Amino acid sequence: MKTDLTDTTASKINKALVQGRRAIGTPAVGMVLTLVVVTDEENAYDALKAANDASHEHPSRTLVVIKRVSRSSRGRTQSRLDAEVRLGADAGSGETVILRLYGEVSDHAQSVVLPLLLPDAPVVVWWSVDAPRDPAGDPLGALGQRRVTDSYAAEKPIGELRARADSYEPGDTDLAWARITPWRSMLAAALDQVSCEIVSAEVAGEEANPSVELLAMWLADRLHVHVRRAVSAGPGLTQVRMETTGGPITLHRSDGAMATLALPGQPDRAVALKRRETSELLAEELRRLDPDDTYASALRFGVDRLGGQSAAEREAERAAAAAQPTPALPVRTATEPAAADREAEPARPAAVPASQGDADRPSPAQMPPVRKADPQ
Amino acid sequence: MSPHSGLSGSGANPLRDPADRRLPRIAGPSGLVIFGVTGDLSRKKLMPAVYDLANRGLLPPGFSLVGFARREWEHEDFAQEVHDAVREHARTPFREEVWQQLVQGMRFVQGTFDDDDAFERLRATIEELDKAQGTGGNFAFYLSVPPRSFPVVIQQLKKHGLADQKNGSWRRAVIEKPFGHDLASAEELNKVVHEVFGSDQVFRIDHYLGKETVQNILALRFANTMFEPIWNRSFVDHVQITMAEDIGIGGRAGYYDGIGAARDVIQNHLLQLMALTAMEEPASFDADALAAEKTKVLGAVRLPKDLGRDTVRGQYAAGWQGGEKAVGYLEEDGIDPKSKTDTYAAIKLGVDNRRWAGVPFYLRTGKRLGRRVTEIAVVFQRAPHSPFDSTATEELGANAIVIRVQPDEGITVRFGSKVPGTSMEIRDVSMDFAYGESFTESSPEAYERLILDVLLGDSNLFPRTEEVELSWKILDPIEQYWDKNGKPAQYPSGTWGPVEADQMLERDGRSWRRP
Repeated sequence: MKTDLTDTTASKINKALVQGRRAIGTPAVGMVLTLVVVTDEENAYDALKAANDASHEHPSRTLVVIKRVSRSSRGRTQSRLDAEVRLGADAGSGETVILRLYGEVSDHAQSVVLPLLLPDAPVVVWWSVDAPRDPAGDPLGALGQRRVTDSYAAEKPIGELRARADSYEPGDTDLAWARITPWRSMLAAALDQVSCEIVSAEVAGEEANPSVELLAMWLADRLHVHVRRAVSAGPGLTQVRMETTGGPITLHRSDGAMATLALPGQPDRAVALKRRETSELLAEELRRLDPDDTYASALRFGVDRLGGQSAAEREAERAAAAAQPTPALPVRTATEPAAADREAEPARPAAVPASQGDADRPSPAQMPPVRKADPQ
Repeated sequence: MSPHSGLSGSGANPLRDPADRRLPRIAGPSGLVIFGVTGDLSRKKLMPAVYDLANRGLLPPGFSLVGFARREWEHEDFAQEVHDAVREHARTPFREEVWQQLVQGMRFVQGTFDDDDAFERLRATIEELDKAQGTGGNFAFYLSVPPRSFPVVIQQLKKHGLADQKNGSWRRAVIEKPFGHDLASAEELNKVVHEVFGSDQVFRIDHYLGKETVQNILALRFANTMFEPIWNRSFVDHVQITMAEDIGIGGRAGYYDGIGAARDVIQNHLLQLMALTAMEEPASFDADALAAEKTKVLGAVRLPKDLGRDTVRGQYAAGWQGGEKAVGYLEEDGIDPKSKTDTYAAIKLGVDNRRWAGVPFYLRTGKRLGRRVTEIAVVFQRAPHSPFDSTATEELGANAIVIRVQPDEGITVRFGSKVPGTSMEIRDVSMDFAYGESFTESSPEAYERLILDVLLGDSNLFPRTEEVELSWKILDPIEQYWDKNGKPAQYPSGTWGPVEADQMLERDGRSWRRP
């Protein structure tokens, strides 16, 4: 069931939701969370589809916030809210409200979203594109317990990772991190099967894929060894190789679907490691709403401490980076005993961009400035 | 990683971190051998569950599946059979790359259970898999075979050294109900199995315990504060546990006749559900603590004094079930027309402890009942005093919390509410938490969970020897009484059981819920 509301308000939308539920005869609904999807017209269809598919596992109220930018200055001063309320079969399992914000109101999206949140249920905010520099500080982001970004969708993923590390707050998470869960679990399972010391590691994958960096940082953070990031043709991640005292362990995937796991002294084994759909990644994100400490720890290892980036890339990144020490992050400090060794490592990150790092960030779609609402 | 998993990684794995909640529990290198692989259970449940586990990335690389059956199959025929079963019954979508991973480790061994050559071939196959697939000698033997074949298979496994655990590897046995047909036979079976496999390596599958809703009973009771304070004799009037089936015995005449509903269902599923509903809070959520509490409560179960008064058994008679004509039990193919086997059983039990003294637990199960449903209803006492006059509360029943185990998994809370209008009238309303409404698509099948737990060596969800034997101690006197006295009451197919069962509750001033 669909209801279109033009030039409307949040209270009219709430009324339409209640009426719609009555009309289709399901007054009580078992929705477990509110998912706020922030996107633009270009990506709205894909994002909504992924959210609806994920809602089969997590029945939710989905609020899609689409900020529309007018081409004329007159249009930008006017303000209007249009809504499309979808219930029942049209909305996966749950309810969907698509909010289109024109003009000034698009700077105050939180005022529209706040009254539409489910009472007492957790709120997850997902930016399918154009995530703010500081998700927790963003007015919409501040509404959520969990803030999902996707550095894979960014134009300069490495810079995006630095920014994420800078502004990390518990509850932040990245779909690029969710993408490597199968790799991580396979590598952990591989280490369950051998008992030997790891000497070094190398992670190879296509250029400009932040999942490769995240995996490398996770390995470096957990294993306390030197990890090299190598570039390959892809697709996605292609190989992880760990040099151990017992011989190399490799997990190699060349076609984006089937991988081969080679362990010292054991036969090679085929494992399925398919690249997953956005809806599956989102469903994984929604499964746990507590802060992801492992992600935080890997992220704050620092992308600049990885070895083996292409020289040109590193130059370009350095140029954009400002010479400031890494700010202390508000995350639980790692308690493993080896943490002290890590402190002593010579390769401390020399540079991490701070607030002015916005320079390497593409202005969203090169469109007229959609001013972000003041966090205050 | 579970400490029972017996993996070789002696030191802590630096990539594992309890705080890393995303990493799933992946079983260590292992394989599964299924005896009776051509059976229905294997095709409809086990093979699809193995595929679904692989599809969710929970099986170790190199996982191997070995089928053992009489049929003249090559490895390829077996793989084709699994392929068809997976295509038809798997829960998750079919993906070629997952299939390619699985198919490399599929083997078939042809033979009968008394064929020594076949078990030698099985041993050679396992050794070959250890080399080719790196299964590390870790194998679980799933005995999907008729109970009378249990001893033969177990003895053959012993004779051919298949049950020997060498160099830190494990060998486990998975057995399905029935675990005997009375206490003596259960003890005999346990003796046979434990002679060959250690007690921590024997996994008894009660697929009900693998269901999400059943595990949720513990979450409901022990993770919340609002239910536990009233979960006792001060507030609870009685508890009804129902498992109803709408089908008849189908083609299972040979198995069912002589066993009956009470042995088939009450002894395992219903007593387990009762134990979970009535037990005290376990010290922790590990297997030993859970088993200790379940054992305690099963040990405290008290039978009614007058078994004739407080137990009822029945047989379905011809009738109409859901718009279809159904024949009576005694007219089914292969059933002795003078059979006294029960297809319906209802019993009243008490629990002798401080929490439950005086609260009856009514357990009932049957075939050809109104519809297929399993539920636990905790019915509360009426308010001791009501300020409303009796006409206002005429329509008001007792408050209840109903845990709907299947289908339509969820929890219903029933309470009174004012009917809108000018007069004061209070009527029952239901508040629903629907687990199954939207979670069904992704909540794993019971067998998936249980097979994974077997491979991980995690025995939380498996009844132990003591629980099985205690359950028989509860049921045996009832069965013996039934053997000597009377015969099953007849009830028309498609109804909620014999009138005697209704009278049994009426005598206590109660009535059965219509599930």
